[in-house]
Amino acid sequence: MYHFLVRRILGALVILLIITAVTFFLFFAIPRDPARLACGKICPPETLELVRHNMGIDEPVFLQYWHWLAGIFAGREFTYGHCDAPCLGYSFVNQEPIFDAIVDRFPTTLSLTIGAAVVFLLFGVGTGMIAAARRGRAADKIASSASLVGASMQIYFVGVLATWVLVDRLRVLERPAYHDFTADPFAWAGGLLLPWLVLSIIFTANYTRMTRSSMVEQLSEDYVRTARAKGMSSRTVFLRFAWRGAMGPIITIFGVDLGTLLGGAIITEQTFSLHGIGELSIKAVVNQDLPMLLGVVLVSAAAIVVFNIVVDAAYAVIDPRVRLS
Amino acid sequence: MTTPFLSVRDLTVAFGTEDGVVHAVDGLSFDVEKGTTLGIVGESGSGKSVTNLAILGLHDPAYTKIGGEITLDGRELTRASPREMERLRGNKVAMIFQDPLTSLSPYHTVGRQIGETFRKHTGASRREARDRAIEMLRRVGIPHAASRVDDHPHQFSGGMRQRVMIAMALVCDPDLLIADEPTTALDVTVQAQILDLLKELQDQSGTAIIMVTHDLGVVARTAHEVLVMYAGRAIERGAVREVLGTPRHPYTWGLLSSMPKLRSPVDVPLVPVRGTPPSLINVPPGCPFHPRCDYTELAGPGLCRGERPELAPHRGHGDACYLTPAQKRTIFTEQIKDKL
Repeated sequence: MYHFLVRRILGALVILLIITAVTFFLFFAIPRDPARLACGKICPPETLELVRHNMGIDEPVFLQYWHWLAGIFAGREFTYGHCDAPCLGYSFVNQEPIFDAIVDRFPTTLSLTIGAAVVFLLFGVGTGMIAAARRGRAADKIASSASLVGASMQIYFVGVLATWVLVDRLRVLERPAYHDFTADPFAWAGGLLLPWLVLSIIFTANYTRMTRSSMVEQLSEDYVRTARAKGMSSRTVFLRFAWRGAMGPIITIFGVDLGTLLGGAIITEQTFSLHGIGELSIKAVVNQDLPMLLGVVLVSAAAIVVFNIVVDAAYAVIDPRVRLS
Repeated sequence: MTTPFLSVRDLTVAFGTEDGVVHAVDGLSFDVEKGTTLGIVGESGSGKSVTNLAILGLHDPAYTKIGGEITLDGRELTRASPREMERLRGNKVAMIFQDPLTSLSPYHTVGRQIGETFRKHTGASRREARDRAIEMLRRVGIPHAASRVDDHPHQFSGGMRQRVMIAMALVCDPDLLIADEPTTALDVTVQAQILDLLKELQDQSGTAIIMVTHDLGVVARTAHEVLVMYAGRAIERGAVREVLGTPRHPYTWGLLSSMPKLRSPVDVPLVPVRGTPPSLINVPPGCPFHPRCDYTELAGPGLCRGERPELAPHRGHGDACYLTPAQKRTIFTEQIKDKL
């Protein structure tokens, strides 16, 4: 286990290095000048040169990447001031260090992700299990059709509709907003309830379908038949045997989904005007804010890479045939 | 006359499918006595496994229609409640499956898999179940049983896995053991060991065994009686010595002739039974074997295509064929015997 973790973490670092490098060089392949954008409409050549220098983009690209990397460990000096050790650069658009901006936005994204994940895991897996247990019967058909409808929904459509009905008309839910969890957990949950539900719709539908098919597949396995042949109750057969085997693919997808969501649920955040990582990334792209873009890419990539390691470790716990070496 | 320990009468098993009703078992009767082994042979799809799953009540009632009677030790099983069947399975009736790798749960230790059967039916504690599992592993000849009890199935070899399977099946001392091709997935040398083990365990406990196989060698080695199945029906039945020594049904002749022989020259090709088994959705009228049979003209014009021949209801050696006993004897001694 220890060796596995060390190796995988080293591997993850290499992946992150490659991803940031690719982002960095791709950015400079775009034939547009962020300095000109920062400089404003009327921009004499001397001023442009100065802005370039201040932003650090007058240096060769390799050197810039090197400075960026070194800044993460040693901090950097900008004309605007000092940037402390985990320094991911400075956003000239937002006038703030990237690290601070991410730390500021991350709780929103994290809250959105965790809440939605709880909802869609609970409902998706639950419904899928019921559908599998009652396969071919009414409950299964309803669940299957409903999940097909759910999977075809779009967040921006359902989100706006749900806000109008549940918040504006019926007034049963609060208007979506982020409140600090530590300050007031109830306000936190209340403000995020609608985004959680809306964000979970598509996921719930997909998890229902996945759980159902995975369970149905396991239920036809030989070892499940053996369990029945030795007198295990249908409940035991379902939960202790079939579910154990069905978990694998679900955990894999769950890991990927969590990683993706932590990189920012862009559409959901936009729909409900939440200020998370997703919003940050859109602004970074629109404003050609390279340092911000790099920071967001790094967070998203790290989330996915970390959850991949977690999934692999979880696999070894579930399935003793998987050896971590 | 005492009632047999296991008695199957006029068993029919039919599955509803999209293409029509599959008559997997169609009017099958047989008995098994305690301490004896019944070998059931036949091609794939002849209804061997379906019969046994019916005895255990493992068919999905939503898609399956079961008729006839299955009586075990005086209890009727086809009408037993699911809960009653649950208490019976693994306890009074146990089953061993073909492929021990896929038939054991890869997620649980062998000790747990053996122990949970014991706990379920005896209410034993975890501790007792574990001790019992170790004892069972020792009985089926697994070395270092006490340390291997916590291993998972994938850590055992094929033969050892099948021993684990047997230990699991026998943990509650069942009265009836159904072995569904228990050696098909194993190496030949291991096959012999497993068959010997089953025989030894039967001698100790007096368990009745149903040995399902398509390997006549296995039948010859283990069974007392044998039942030859074709298209969901029994077409020949009797003591092993009689059925394998002086077979009477053309299908049994075909089965025996198609076996490779050690003493025949290597360049003599194997003779398969010609044709293919009939569809169980549209079973041919009359004798289900007649489209593949070489002797239909001999039996009399139209006879084989008309009524279905019944297996003689008495005990002992019987067959379901319209040829007269004299014709069978002549054909067997003149044409078949030399090929065996």
